[in-house]
Amino acid sequence: MMSSNENWVSICQTNDLVDNSGVCALVNGEQVALFKLTQGEQEQVLAISNFDPIGKANVLYRGLICSVSGEDTPLRYVVASPLYKQRFCLTTGECIDDPEQSVSVFPARIVDEMVQLSVAS
Amino acid sequence: MQASTMKVLVVGNGMVGHHFVEQILEQDMNVEVTVLSAEPRLAYDRVHLSEYFTGKTADDLSLTSAEHYEKLGVNFHVNAKVSHIDKQAKTVKTEAGDVYAYDKLVLAAGSFPFVPPIPGNDQEHCLVYRTIEDLEQIEASSKQSKVGVVVGGGLLGLEAANALKQAGLETHVVEFAPQLMAVQVDQVGGQLLKSKIEELGVQVHTEKATQEIVSGDTSRYKMKFADGSDLETDMILFSAGIRPEDGLAREFDIDVGPRGGIVIDDNCLTSDPNIYAIGECALWNNFIFGLVAPGYTMARVAASHLAEGDLKFEGADMSTKLKLMGVDVGSIGDAHARTVGALSYTYENQPEGVYKKIVVDADKKLLIGAVLIGDTSDYDTLLQYALNGIDLPEKPESLILPSTSDAAPALGADALPATATVCSCHNVSKGDIVDAMDAGNCDLGSVKSCTKASTGCGGCAALLKNVVDSELEKRGVEVNKDICEHFAYSRQELFHIIKVEEIKSFDALLEKHGRGIGCEICKPAVGSILASVWNDFVLQKEHVKLQDTNDTYLGNMQKDGSYSVVPRIAGGEITPDKLIVLGQVAKKYNLYAKITGGQRVDLFGARVEQLPFIWEELIAAGFETGHAYAKALRTVKSCVGSTWCRYGVQDSVGAAIDIENRYKGLRAPHKMKMAVSGCTRECAEAQSKDIGIIATEKGWNLYVCGNGGMKPRHADLFATDIDTETLIKYIDRVLMFYVRTADRLQRTSTWMENLEGGLEYLKQVVIEDSLGICAELEAQMQHVVDTYQCEWKTAVENEESRKRFRQFVNAADATDPNIVFVQERDQIRPATEQEKQSGDLIATDKVLAEDALA
Ligand code: SRM
Ligand SMILES: Cc1cc2nc3c(=O)[nH]c(=O)nc-3n(C[C@H](O)[C@H](O)[C@H](O)COP(=O)(O)OP(=O)(O)OC[C@H]3O[C@@H](n4cnc5c(N)ncnc54)[C@H](O)[C@@H]3O)c2cc1C
Ligand code: SF4
Ligand code: FES
Repeated sequence: MMSSNENWVSICQTNDLVDNSGVCALVNGEQVALFKLTQGEQEQVLAISNFDPIGKANVLYRGLICSVSGEDTPLRYVVASPLYKQRFCLTTGECIDDPEQSVSVFPARIVDEMVQLSVAS
Repeated sequence: MQASTMKVLVVGNGMVGHHFVEQILEQDMNVEVTVLSAEPRLAYDRVHLSEYFTGKTADDLSLTSAEHYEKLGVNFHVNAKVSHIDKQAKTVKTEAGDVYAYDKLVLAAGSFPFVPPIPGNDQEHCLVYRTIEDLEQIEASSKQSKVGVVVGGGLLGLEAANALKQAGLETHVVEFAPQLMAVQVDQVGGQLLKSKIEELGVQVHTEKATQEIVSGDTSRYKMKFADGSDLETDMILFSAGIRPEDGLAREFDIDVGPRGGIVIDDNCLTSDPNIYAIGECALWNNFIFGLVAPGYTMARVAASHLAEGDLKFEGADMSTKLKLMGVDVGSIGDAHARTVGALSYTYENQPEGVYKKIVVDADKKLLIGAVLIGDTSDYDTLLQYALNGIDLPEKPESLILPSTSDAAPALGADALPATATVCSCHNVSKGDIVDAMDAGNCDLGSVKSCTKASTGCGGCAALLKNVVDSELEKRGVEVNKDICEHFAYSRQELFHIIKVEEIKSFDALLEKHGRGIGCEICKPAVGSILASVWNDFVLQKEHVKLQDTNDTYLGNMQKDGSYSVVPRIAGGEITPDKLIVLGQVAKKYNLYAKITGGQRVDLFGARVEQLPFIWEELIAAGFETGHAYAKALRTVKSCVGSTWCRYGVQDSVGAAIDIENRYKGLRAPHKMKMAVSGCTRECAEAQSKDIGIIATEKGWNLYVCGNGGMKPRHADLFATDIDTETLIKYIDRVLMFYVRTADRLQRTSTWMENLEGGLEYLKQVVIEDSLGICAELEAQMQHVVDTYQCEWKTAVENEESRKRFRQFVNAADATDPNIVFVQERDQIRPATEQEKQSGDLIATDKVLAEDALA
């Protein structure tokens, strides 16, 4: 839920991101995996925690981005961990291969070619 | 069902005896089965015996095992040759003196090789070809021989000659008749066969009657022929026909035929109502069937009769299709047109060495025989015409003429009646297959295990697949080979699309042929195909997002998120100076060093941001990427070879280096490994590699599609004594064909096992160019070779791709605090979770990173 006291921090420029791939940012000591999704003209940034709770390493930004369409779920964008391949949803943080596991999600946006993240204040 | 247990005793545990055991246990009756085998082991696959010489072990060939028989409750004794039968007391006695009682006796004693009564035929290196022990002897003898002669130019003789040739002997075939394979093939076919086999370097001597074997002048023996000529040789293999093992019947008064063989009726009963005979020892209608399929039928008939069933033996088809030393030979029914009124059509193509003949009945309605040499592609169709009495087309010759517009189409699986026999070994008809599929067996594998079709001689594999596929299609089952939800294509189809439509990027492919944005399955697969076809830099902007993490960072990610560094050390050869550099770099960046199983050095514990600096130093010292992270060529292992080793016959190190340099960087459906050994001692373990090369006196033996790892598989011998140029040509073709047609993440071993036609098919494609694509495969390989680049060199020189190697976009100096080490055996290793809590750690050394930057 969007609340008014969100605390947007500028992280980097959009051209520091790589199309349909990830980079990692350090925000208040926390590692955040940032993904840029582009499809034609559309582009968006999604952010989740960089720590893979299953592989126990800071690697999620190095995973492959995938789209998954389920029978009765809408199309989801996920990242497959480079360690053991579990997929984490980029919008909810859920691990779709292991419901016990999840990662935190951070609001992210692009303003004037700048990538911004909202971190809990 | 009867109440008391019937004691069934089986003499002989050959292929047919074993099949009988399986069959009798399937009957609904109370039996106690006892098996007596004269051989030191239980049943094995004699039909594929020759594969013993291409690496199969006795275990690989076995059809059963002690555990299996125990599980089935079958009593068995090996080394138990029966020497007496007491028909009144209903007992048998073995040579060792053990006595066994029976209610019903089954003689499945097979046959023995006929050795012509030539003076001198009993010397040490005069051998036969029937059992595993025979093959062991042949192997031992051929190691002490240079020249080998096979006496007998029939089917078996030629198979034996092939074995001698592969063992590296100068090989001769001596045949009494004027032609080879006189039983199955007519005279013209025999001539062609002879010239084809001679082209392969085996010398054929027809119309030679051996009179005496004496000591030789230059070789161990000299064979003297009736026409006054002679031939020197070190060993002699007799393959002059088989004789039924009917001694027991003769001695204990069971009827035998005038020329041998235990006489049986349509129930496989002998003249004694309690004794059956089946397999090659049995004579039915004055005929002995020297093939396994009729023997299996007899086994079924005998089992059925014991259980009061009504199966009858009604003769059997003796058609054969085989490949002898790379020459295709097929023979169906009345090959010699001996039937009254028979007419024949022939087609001969001398330049290509093809001969085909069909024999039809007087009305030109039915096919009754055929001979095929050099091209057996029509065999399945012709056999179906012959076996099922299918009406011939208007112009029967269209069946064998090269395809022109009015050629008859091949007989599809659809055209077969339900009664058509698909597998003669296990007597499976098309109807049986359809039934099995109706019962829910909906893929080839389960149809096979449920009906047993295609698990005997294997000759029916292609036809079985056709029937299953066409049935699946009829049921509207689409065999889903889609790679993933984003592309409705198999990897092979995607490869084709990319090549033909000249597609250069994933996005272009997705736009034209896919949906969604792709996933962890299709992205790397397409990335690999693009690399195989166009060989662009894998980290080029549009390709980055496709690569598995290891390819993106050009290193293998370790459990803690750090990377390993594996420079190429072609052939395992390295100069002292380069070794020193590896040590220096490892020391400077505090990396853990280990010698790998692939004859190179692996440096572990590099953080992502250190990788470009490490590689910069390695490249400056002359190293290049080892592709340890890629689905590509890994290593070409070598042994010492002729340069140093006292046994070496070729320079294996030099060859390994050349080969590694040729194929380095080639992206494939999975990783590939190779090795080169300098002699048959095989110290480089080449037979466990995708491509294995073993030096011979005359050149190289090439092995393909081996595998270590989870499911080891020995590589198959592909070509022998080839020169280096041919070697490279064949490897180019095999690899490119693999790259084109394999599934994703399918190594060469599983690829080959799934390739319809297997090794033989691969040989046809690669050696004989049966698909006409060899030039294209070579050109494509040459393109990859010519466009090779060291990915690490390109990456460190390119600012854009270098940017990828930072842990944080917004904090250049920070490192990942989760990568921490402890000291063990004088080197670093990743700290465990527990150690991370306790804190006594060698922290990620910031100093080193800065040092590197400086
Ligand atoms: C380093 C090394 C072990 C060693 O210290 O000796 C090694 C290490 C790994 N092997 Fe291996 N294999 C190594 C030789 C082998 C060998 C022996 C050989 O090549 O002679 C085999 C069996 C031979 C074969 O492949 O047929 C081998 C069979 C495997 C397999 C099983 C493959 C299979 O088809 O069953 C895997 C898993 C896979 O590839 O999917 C594997 C996967 C791996 C991975 C990539 C696992 C991973 O994803 O992290 C390891 C990466 C280590 C790294 O970061 O560098 N490794 N691996 C060896 C590197 C050789 C080299 O110089 O490149
Ligand atoms: C190299 C080779 C290749 C072949 N290729 C083909 C092919 O491609 N297609 C095909 O259809 N056929 C082929 N055959 C023929 C096929 O192997 C035989 O038809 C089949 O094995 C016959 O089976 P069987 O059980 O009757 O006899 P065997 O397999 O010979 O078994 C008889 C067994 O009985 C034992 N025995 C004999 N006497 C006694 C006794 N008194 N007491 C106890 N045990 C005894 C023998 O030791 C033997 O183990 C080939 C044969 C060989 C040798
Ligand atoms: S055997 Fe297993 S643990 Fe050892 S290196 Fe290979 S993959 Fe790693
Ligand atoms: S015909 Fe021999 S396995 Fe089917």
